[in-house]
Amino acid sequence: MSFTFTEENLQALESLEKRYPSKEALMLPALWKVMRQQGHIDTEAMVAVAEWLEVPPVKVYGVATFYTMFHLEPIGRHHIQLCKTLSCALCGKADILAHLKKKLGIEVGETTEDGRFTLSQVECLGSCGTAPVMQINDTLYENLTIEKVDEILEGLE
Amino acid sequence: MRDAKIVSRRFDLPNSHTLEVAQKHGAYKAVEKAFGMKPEAIVEEVDRSGLRGKGGGGAPAGSKWKLMLGDFGGRPKYLAVNCDESEPGTFKDRQIITKDPHLLIEGIILTCYAIGSHDAYIYIRGEYHDFQKILQEAIDEAYAAGILGEKVLGHDYRLDVTIHRGAGAYICGEKSALLESMEGKRGHPRLKPHQKEPEWYFGNPTLVNNVETIASVPFIVNEGADAYRSFGTEKSPGTLLFALSGHVERPGVYEAEFGTPMMEYIEHFGGGIRGGKALKAVIPGGASTPVLSAEEVAEATLDYESLRQYGSSLGTGGMIVMDESVDMVEALKNLLEFYHHESCGQCTPCREGTGWVDALVADVLAQKGSPEHIEKLLDVSVTMNGKTICVFAPAVSGVIDGFVGKFRGEFEAYLRSLA
Repeated sequence: MSFTFTEENLQALESLEKRYPSKEALMLPALWKVMRQQGHIDTEAMVAVAEWLEVPPVKVYGVATFYTMFHLEPIGRHHIQLCKTLSCALCGKADILAHLKKKLGIEVGETTEDGRFTLSQVECLGSCGTAPVMQINDTLYENLTIEKVDEILEGLE
Repeated sequence: MRDAKIVSRRFDLPNSHTLEVAQKHGAYKAVEKAFGMKPEAIVEEVDRSGLRGKGGGGAPAGSKWKLMLGDFGGRPKYLAVNCDESEPGTFKDRQIITKDPHLLIEGIILTCYAIGSHDAYIYIRGEYHDFQKILQEAIDEAYAAGILGEKVLGHDYRLDVTIHRGAGAYICGEKSALLESMEGKRGHPRLKPHQKEPEWYFGNPTLVNNVETIASVPFIVNEGADAYRSFGTEKSPGTLLFALSGHVERPGVYEAEFGTPMMEYIEHFGGGIRGGKALKAVIPGGASTPVLSAEEVAEATLDYESLRQYGSSLGTGGMIVMDESVDMVEALKNLLEFYHHESCGQCTPCREGTGWVDALVADVLAQKGSPEHIEKLLDVSVTMNGKTICVFAPAVSGVIDGFVGKFRGEFEAYLRSLA
């Protein structure tokens, strides 16, 4: 299946073009539009981005595979990203992880059968003062406790 | 401890992120003053203030700015503001962009005018999505009010500010990797030039400065270099948004003067060690700065010169505090996993070395190691130091040397049963 930018996304990218000295600068903005549009970046989307940027597809492939936040395959509707780095580890990350695994019945890197949740551990989210923290899709949740995690997950469809 | 608020002055005001509140409390006042000055005079004032880059390196900002005044044959100049903030233990720039984004925008206007740039970018880490929204709203407000755009506050000076979103790569906080990323490439740091020169964005001269560095400029323009120098020490003038995380009662970001005794800072702002436990160690300025033992913490002051005495550095000023319950082998393992994941893969000693040291410490933790593991670990650390394009691998080397050098007994205890 081929990938086409929505008219809205294409217009947004085109209006951004005049802010930069070269169209190639729009690589990350274009890949973010793909993520926004379909949640992951497959080969078809890489080819479409390459055509729009006028660069070889392999260059887009190299970039898309470099950055952690770009998913190359579909994932769950809610992507739970639990911070695992030192400050969160010092402040009880392990208990939160154990609880998440048990509650969702999955291991890190897996997706629930209904496709609702994918569980990841990620490196420092830049929120060390309110550890432990997790991000679900784009939203950051701070000062986590087991009760708070339950509340947050119940609030998600 | 005397009050020292240069960057965080408006943080506690209700709705401090809005233009109305910021302007009522002095925002954009420095812009009028700056337009009455020659651009070189602003560069000179910043140089004289002794302002040091607040992203971790601590290089004098003035020297960097001066490089932008050269003759570049009419090529456009750019400012790239580094908001990649990914150093573990560091969460200060997000305070600026959410609590006083107009201070950053004001700093950007002053900096661009001083170096002759009409286009600024703010490179923000991808995870800061919600904070990016607040910053974008502030930029939109500034455009609507005629503060940014074709005529900055009615002056014949165009300035556009664009947020550029990263996508989860620690290395993009390194200034040349940041520019590679902004050019639409993988974030691979560039080779350093043999002489001092600006950074280059698509072949055009570019200044890269941290958010807090730029946010310090309005104070310097308003009050002058001497006022800035009245804070801090002779060699580390001014203030920093130091931060506390880990085992303290009140973690958070609190601005203080350089030269403040570290323990006094931890007690005064952090409320001391959590649960009344004893202190074991502090990582002073983000994960990449070598750890300090409790005895060193008791002597150290928060400035670049003091921390060098302990084989460490001030870094970003983000302190990770560890109490007596912390297993230092586990703590090092945690950090090595981070570096293993974040190595950009460009240089072999780093790409392979971060994996090796991670595996070696994993063996120690699993009590599968031999007593030679510690020597092997230090040996790989030597191989990683000074042989790569950027300072990522040397930093990992320093982290290992710090942990093993200061807490060797804990590593040996894991291996003792095997001897």
